[in-house]
Amino acid sequence: MTQEEIKQALVQRLKSIAPDTEPGQLQPDDNIRQTLGIDSFDYLQFIVALDEQFGIETPEEDYGRIQTMRELTDYIAARVKS
Amino acid sequence: MLEYKMPSLGADMASGSLREWRVKPGDRIKKGDIIAEIETQKGIIEIEVFEDGVIGELLVKVDELVPVGTSMATILTEEEAAGKRPAPAEAPREEKPAEAPAPAGSTTETLPHHIRASPLARRIAEEKGIDIATIQGTGPEGAILREDVEHAIAAQAAPAAGKAAVEHAAVPEEVTPEKPAPPVAEEKPIPAAATAQSIRMAVAAAMSKSNREVPHYYLETKIDMSKALAWLADTNGQRPVKERLLPAVLLIKAVAKALNDVPALNAWWENGLQLKESIHIGYVVALRTGGIMVPAIHDTDTKSVEELMLALNDLIPRARALRLRSSELADSTITVTSLGEGGVETVYGVIYPPQVALVGFGGITEQPWSENGMLTVRPVLTATLAADHRASDGSTGSRFLTAIKNYLQQPEKL
Repeated sequence: MTQEEIKQALVQRLKSIAPDTEPGQLQPDDNIRQTLGIDSFDYLQFIVALDEQFGIETPEEDYGRIQTMRELTDYIAARVKS
Repeated sequence: MLEYKMPSLGADMASGSLREWRVKPGDRIKKGDIIAEIETQKGIIEIEVFEDGVIGELLVKVDELVPVGTSMATILTEEEAAGKRPAPAEAPREEKPAEAPAPAGSTTETLPHHIRASPLARRIAEEKGIDIATIQGTGPEGAILREDVEHAIAAQAAPAAGKAAVEHAAVPEEVTPEKPAPPVAEEKPIPAAATAQSIRMAVAAAMSKSNREVPHYYLETKIDMSKALAWLADTNGQRPVKERLLPAVLLIKAVAKALNDVPALNAWWENGLQLKESIHIGYVVALRTGGIMVPAIHDTDTKSVEELMLALNDLIPRARALRLRSSELADSTITVTSLGEGGVETVYGVIYPPQVALVGFGGITEQPWSENGMLTVRPVLTATLAADHRASDGSTGSRFLTAIKNYLQQPEKL
């Protein structure tokens, strides 16, 4: 799975969890939650959806490392490969 | 026979528009069944019945604006239904204005009775500034129906558009000389901007009423959250991601348990203090487009933290999609608002009438903390209480905040 495909999947997921936002306009280093106004409930739903879609398990202590699109794309890419 | 009346879904609600009947005459219903969808300033709400029985007659039609307290349907007992069961296919009765209850204070009461018109037609005509006597009715016995008023509006659209009357807040419409006023009750789907505006107006009405009528007093306390956060990290580490808990459920549960200890704050002020037996905490959900929704978590004190998490996972997306049930909007006995994620430390809230208290939680931040003569750094949460001084005094509020603080020191027992 390419970085671009992961990014597209992330945008789709964000759009389904927060339909009134424009995740497609996120810049690579934008903080996802702050930029889109996503609270901890929505973010948890987002993580649940990503784990299911990519077959990974994201421990709570990693949340701090996946705050931007770039960080999250890299994080998933590394885990999907391994 | 019982009458099902348009419920009040908050201090700010005057009326709702019937969008859909989910039942028909002759249908058996049970307590909690959804019988209709109504559109309010807070979105499309599914309304529930509070009795078992059989639907007798449907008294209002789809798209009709129904003031709070107006009879919407009759509900028969099984015995009554057995003796007098209406034909299942029976349609709602034609609106007959002489029999229909007019909203209190409405100018429709002063209209001459010989002009037959449905309440909705009268309202639309009044809002649009059209003399109803000039409209030709096409309903039974020449009664003026909504469609007749809309035709009259369409005929007058161009000249009327320039002097648009003030619209009802629930149906804000953009009216420009280039864009004639659209007929009321054809606004599906409602534009997002209009919905946001109408929610804003609902919040404005409730908060203005509160500030006008409720003598607030405020108390605040700082809570060491190290034990609660350590317990959360530990339990979440053992749970699959789907079953993880958020700090908010601990806060909500601590409030519910504290209300068991200090029931005076689980109450409404309506013609005096009315203590509530059940604890239904209203949890504030901020909408990204502005405004808030406050769905009730029913029987909060009897739910485990896992059940509370499930309840929030169900309620929050529906609150954001403006798809709540009537009981979820109407039943809250106290409100909890948590603004910590935005970075603020302290929340001084405004009580949602007729409730008598609101608990505000700020963010959890690391702060210097002294205990047993030692200075250390702890994750600290500021909890505030806004309470109605007609209903309680500072000593009661103080016991309540202290109870919340104590419960959060024993998270495993929540």
